[in-house]
Amino acid sequence: MSAFLQDVYGIDRSRSPEGLWNIAWRQLRRNRLAMCCLAILCVYTATWLYAEGIFWTAKIRGTVPDYKISHYEIRNGPPSPSHPLGTNFAGRDNLKQLIQGTRIAFELGLLTSIVVIPLGFVLGALAGYFGGKLDSAIVYLFSVVASVPDILLIMSITYVTRAAVERSAAMQSVTRYIDAGLLSICVGMGFTGWVGLCRIIRGEYLKHRERQYVLAARSLGVSHGAIIFRHIMPNVAHLIIINFSLRFPGLILTEVVLSYLGIGIASEPSWGTIINDAKQRLWLGNWWELGGATVAMFFLVLALNLFGDALRDALDPKLRIAEARTG
Amino acid sequence: MAAYVIRRLLSVIPITVGVMFITFFVFRVVGGNPAYRIAGKNATPARIAQISRERGYDKPLFLNFHQFPSHLLDAQFPQLCGNLLRLDFGQSVVTRERVGTMLREGVGPSLCVTTPLFVIELVLGVGLALLAAYYRNTWIDRGLVVFSVMGMSVSTLVYIMLAQYWLASQWRLFPVWGFESPRYLILPVLVGTIAGVGGELRFYRTVMLDEMYQEYVRTARAKGVSSRRILFHHVLRNALIPILTNVIVAIPFLYTGALLLENFFGIPGLGRLTVMALFNFDDDVVFATTFIGSVLFVLFNALTDIAYTWADPRIRLQ
Repeated sequence: MSAFLQDVYGIDRSRSPEGLWNIAWRQLRRNRLAMCCLAILCVYTATWLYAEGIFWTAKIRGTVPDYKISHYEIRNGPPSPSHPLGTNFAGRDNLKQLIQGTRIAFELGLLTSIVVIPLGFVLGALAGYFGGKLDSAIVYLFSVVASVPDILLIMSITYVTRAAVERSAAMQSVTRYIDAGLLSICVGMGFTGWVGLCRIIRGEYLKHRERQYVLAARSLGVSHGAIIFRHIMPNVAHLIIINFSLRFPGLILTEVVLSYLGIGIASEPSWGTIINDAKQRLWLGNWWELGGATVAMFFLVLALNLFGDALRDALDPKLRIAEARTG
Repeated sequence: MAAYVIRRLLSVIPITVGVMFITFFVFRVVGGNPAYRIAGKNATPARIAQISRERGYDKPLFLNFHQFPSHLLDAQFPQLCGNLLRLDFGQSVVTRERVGTMLREGVGPSLCVTTPLFVIELVLGVGLALLAAYYRNTWIDRGLVVFSVMGMSVSTLVYIMLAQYWLASQWRLFPVWGFESPRYLILPVLVGTIAGVGGELRFYRTVMLDEMYQEYVRTARAKGVSSRRILFHHVLRNALIPILTNVIVAIPFLYTGALLLENFFGIPGLGRLTVMALFNFDDDVVFATTFIGSVLFVLFNALTDIAYTWADPRIRLQ
């Protein structure tokens, strides 16, 4: 049999079987577009880390970081060798602002995920695995959240959180490092964004709990907790990453809208605040400020969207079979 | 079937109560007594007490146990639910107008923008998706996908700014701002279409391609049916179910209005109303728009499910 497999299909039985991630990586590597996107994402990640470095160095030294110092004598300056993207209304370098905007965008994605992933995953897993009344309760919960007009709920939660954060003395130590506006946006988007992940995870757990390996684990006396987290979770964990990469661009775009509505980030230059500040300058003919922010955002969102799609195609075996079937 | 329809429609009630509970919780419990925000920073305690009494903010939040059992429901949340049920939306804090009147006035302008936008996006989205599905895995398909993703990667805000700056201000093709004649609608609809069509195209393309890989397509091909006929007679008809679902679910959003477009182009619709209310702590208006938006959303979702079971007999009623 083994020799037959090797002869006909080129499958070598002596090698250990390839995992989902290996196969997915091989497929991704063949996809030139996905690899370009990955390269772009790497550049952005490097920029983010660089920006974090600048931010934290200034924080630790207790100095005002470079990107925040105003030079009113050179405000609204056009692009020049020393300021490749010109300067803004306070004479700050636009490029430095954009680099910090990258940091804010990544922090936004990560902080929101701190709310979304545990909430969506645990609720989805519990609902799908146990079913019954618990399932009904959780389904009710996410149906309710999904039924509130999205932007309205984000805005209200953000607004109210912002007020609560600014009032509370305990949060002072946190808001010294993370902008209060950023924090409240993340809470707002987190408590609305978990529904999508929860739905997907619930569906997967519903399927997996009927599988043989779960039955085997049950009959060996493995506890429910261990089955949920140790047996089933590795089979569905890739969905979290896909969900993240497809949700991230939405977060960045929503942040711009929130900033426009005036409930955005207050003391740090995010892409949203840059675009909104640039709005007035566009009428003076200063296109480079808006252009820079748009381009910076464009490539990250584009790369995330395309890479997320490719990742989903690579990690979802069902889709792969469908593609292969018609060749 | 009748029992299913009734049960599905009845499920609207608990969801709506839940939605109102969340909104109420955010605005009144986490947000605190709105009288403080209405009265402003330099308010006297007497003024706050007066506002609280006038608008009923001094009552208990959920249940009134002080006057148990006769006035158990004499509290903020039960009264809010009761009022909404009677379609009594209260009075705006800012304009002193009845909220019902404000909503009636806002719905026209909102529909003027959202309806053409919705129709154009749908036609363009489905049309281009058919094109992409027909020429799948060729440069036409890839080009359409890349263009749609590129279109989605630019913030709507940037589209609005560029359109207002170039098309309206520099080239004077359209009015920049306002709501006076149909000419004022062209720019918002155009911008909305450009910003939204990418997502629609991508969604419908996935739907079509999902159908393309079904067994019946292979059977049809084996019988010698032409590609074009397969696409329009076999695939499109089956894809209509998810397309219809998507369309029905989107209908409530026609009512809630286009938030960004209305604000930027000065259209006095419901989206603008909601945003203004949120900033002015005009909570009666926020409750009203949330209530109507969510009732419509849940109702249309229920209708979709019912339509689904009717359109596709394979789906079992539970």
